[in-house]
Amino acid sequence: MDLSYTPKQQAFRAEVRHWLEAHVPADPLEHYDASRAGFEAHRAWEATLKSGDWGMVTWPKDYGGRGLDLIEWLIFEEEYYRAGAPGRVNQNGIFLLGPTLMEFGTPAQKQRFLPPMASGEEIWAQAWSEPQAGSDLAGVRATAVRDGDDYVLSGHKIWSSRAVFADWAFGLFREPGSERHKGMSLIFFKLDAPGVTRTPIRKINGHVGFAEIVLEDVRVPAFNRLGDEGQGWHICMATAGFERGLMLRSPARYQVAAASLAGMWQARRNSADPLLEADVVRAFMNAEAYALNIYQTASRLSAGAKIGAEASTNKIFWSEMDIHLHQTALAILGADAELVPEPGTLRRGDHDWLDDYIFALAGPIYAGSNEIQRNIIAERMLGLPR
Amino acid sequence: MDFTLSAEQQMFAHTATTLFGNTCTPAHWRTMMQHDRAFDPDRWAQIAATGFTAMLVPESAGGLGLGEVDFALIAQAAGYVALPEPLVESAGIAAPMLAELAPDHALLRDPAAIIAIAPAANPVVASADVAGAFLLEKDGHAFLATPDTIALTPAQSIDPLRRVFRIGWDPAAAQDLGPADWTRATDRAAVFAAAQGMGLAQRAVDLAVAYAKDRQQFGKPIGSYQAVKHHLASAQTAIEFARPVMLAAAATVAQGDIYARARASHARIVALEAADQAARAAIQVHGAMGYSWEVDVHLLLKRALALTGCWGTPAFHRARIAARLFTRPAGPDQTFAKEQSVA
Ligand SMILES: Cc1cc2nc3c(=O)[nH]c(=O)nc-3n(C[C@H](O)[C@H](O)[C@H](O)COP(=O)(O)OP(=O)(O)OC[C@H]3O[C@@H](n4cnc5c(N)ncnc54)[C@H](O)[C@@H]3O)c2cc1C
Repeated sequence: MDLSYTPKQQAFRAEVRHWLEAHVPADPLEHYDASRAGFEAHRAWEATLKSGDWGMVTWPKDYGGRGLDLIEWLIFEEEYYRAGAPGRVNQNGIFLLGPTLMEFGTPAQKQRFLPPMASGEEIWAQAWSEPQAGSDLAGVRATAVRDGDDYVLSGHKIWSSRAVFADWAFGLFREPGSERHKGMSLIFFKLDAPGVTRTPIRKINGHVGFAEIVLEDVRVPAFNRLGDEGQGWHICMATAGFERGLMLRSPARYQVAAASLAGMWQARRNSADPLLEADVVRAFMNAEAYALNIYQTASRLSAGAKIGAEASTNKIFWSEMDIHLHQTALAILGADAELVPEPGTLRRGDHDWLDDYIFALAGPIYAGSNEIQRNIIAERMLGLPR
Repeated sequence: MDFTLSAEQQMFAHTATTLFGNTCTPAHWRTMMQHDRAFDPDRWAQIAATGFTAMLVPESAGGLGLGEVDFALIAQAAGYVALPEPLVESAGIAAPMLAELAPDHALLRDPAAIIAIAPAANPVVASADVAGAFLLEKDGHAFLATPDTIALTPAQSIDPLRRVFRIGWDPAAAQDLGPADWTRATDRAAVFAAAQGMGLAQRAVDLAVAYAKDRQQFGKPIGSYQAVKHHLASAQTAIEFARPVMLAAAATVAQGDIYARARASHARIVALEAADQAARAAIQVHGAMGYSWEVDVHLLLKRALALTGCWGTPAFHRARIAARLFTRPAGPDQTFAKEQSVA
């Protein structure tokens, strides 16, 4: 055990910091879910990142990355959040599908899909949930019918984040007549392909953050299937492991928020409830604990371990921590808490506590609800009966 | 940056788990409680023989010269069996302090020696009846006293496997070892209380899981009900997010700065909270059985309760974290920060 950064890691941090200082836009971009313009501004930012080879630092160079390890990825993320850089509009691609492609994709698929993912030329949405299949994902009904070298996709997907403006989706489809976990495949389709209709859905913050997708005889080449036919469930669970376990929510996000919260507390403590200090300290402790847990996981993975059911404890921890942190922020704001910031008043690095609070409320729902995570922990980590 | 345990560390921990698991069984707890004892001389001799008592004593003072991470793993295994003997107090806190103040002391060369330690913050001293020497705090100094100079008044801990005493002593009859680093002792105490808390918490979950698989109601094992599952899943989640803090805190005790202090305090708070949460969940999952003296889970709850009060209350430890948070930079590049030495 050695909890200090090597000189190489320190130099890497300095390099990231230096580059971000020179490139991060001075004013926050319009939210990527707010409008096409906001979405495209974020795509342009992804291209800027790519120009410095920062798209996805852990990927091999051939696929648009830098071939770095997970500790370096964490350092990159730390600097990224520290710098107040824009949210990653392609997070479903780079953090979820990317690692899955790396594990299950053919070389040709990696070559085709990863570089434009790293550069933001192709932005991805995840199309798993259906109106009748949410927590019970094995209940998906959308079908993929094999026709020569193609698949013909039909069905109804919903709650697909970014899908309103994104280019591609990775969806879960089943062979007609197959049941439950069998016969499913993970297949990519273009969101503007003939037969695809997407309808925006407004979230409780007012943004069209997700979409309903109806597929009617959408033809895609079999090349777009990841892994073997019928292996879809297995692959999805691997993706879900990345999602819950490591990549989707990097600790830096919460550490930055906890540090800002501490700053806000110090500025306002004279007019706030003194009992809130314990919550401010707790928010910091939570963010630190999450970071240490993730560093430990990254070290274990680097030493050859695989992510297991303990990924479910992460998902519970970050989602509950996020709500607690933002509730504390709103409590400190007191009577001001309900006030939406005036347009254009937030600067880089400022927190929109209210919007972030509303967003935090989704945490226990998406990426597998926390109830489902607790079932997984109880059954797979603790061995309790189903 | 490497957050993994070495093979030797894992081997030492395994030795402890085996020794404690074989000797400190639930049946043995019961025998000790029946005879109103909280010390087993045979087990203590075995503990001394494995070298656990010499781990934090430097080689130059006759010890093994290992570090806090190594000992934390032993303390965690001790927590898992609610070890009655004062291994943590004596070998984890007192011995390294004595080694810093009096490296030539003969006690350090006797692996079976028990050194009781009495910081000003603690109202009572654990296992004072079996101690061969006392390290006592007064005005920031450490005093070393022999048992014959100490007046012991037994007090009753809620924890039946812990013997505590109020003590009376006369500094004139003790050896003044000079100013001592009681803050460092508090850091070690915090980290090792956290380690014990991790053991207690995991034991409580394990006992409850075993019971929940076995006990049937409404024709099914109670462990198949979600309300039961979710209690235990929440407790396990608390464990998973306290353990890395405990290990990181152990790894940074030697740093001795405001960051190390805050981390030790953080570890202590969350690990003992996890132990309390897990023990209460285990009681709930056992139903009335969990409320009976005959079922072991209450022993875990009571040990966690006892550890929570000594060597500084949770409020004291939270204040140490607040001091770090409000006077030093915080943020994602500060996770492993150290005080810069002023040249
Ligand atoms: C902000 C946001 C973004 C999302 N983005 C995407 C996306 O990009 N792509 C995508 O495919 N999906 C996405 N989702 C959908 C998300 O994956 C689902 O909402 C989630 O899986 C839950 O499914 P559901 O909404 O149908 O709820 P349901 O499954 O109907 O659950 C409703 C409630 O019942 C509980 N429940 C259900 N089953 C059980 C059980 N067995 N035990 C205990 N409790 C149970 C749930 O925990 C929940 O509280 C997103 C959701 C949100 C909120």
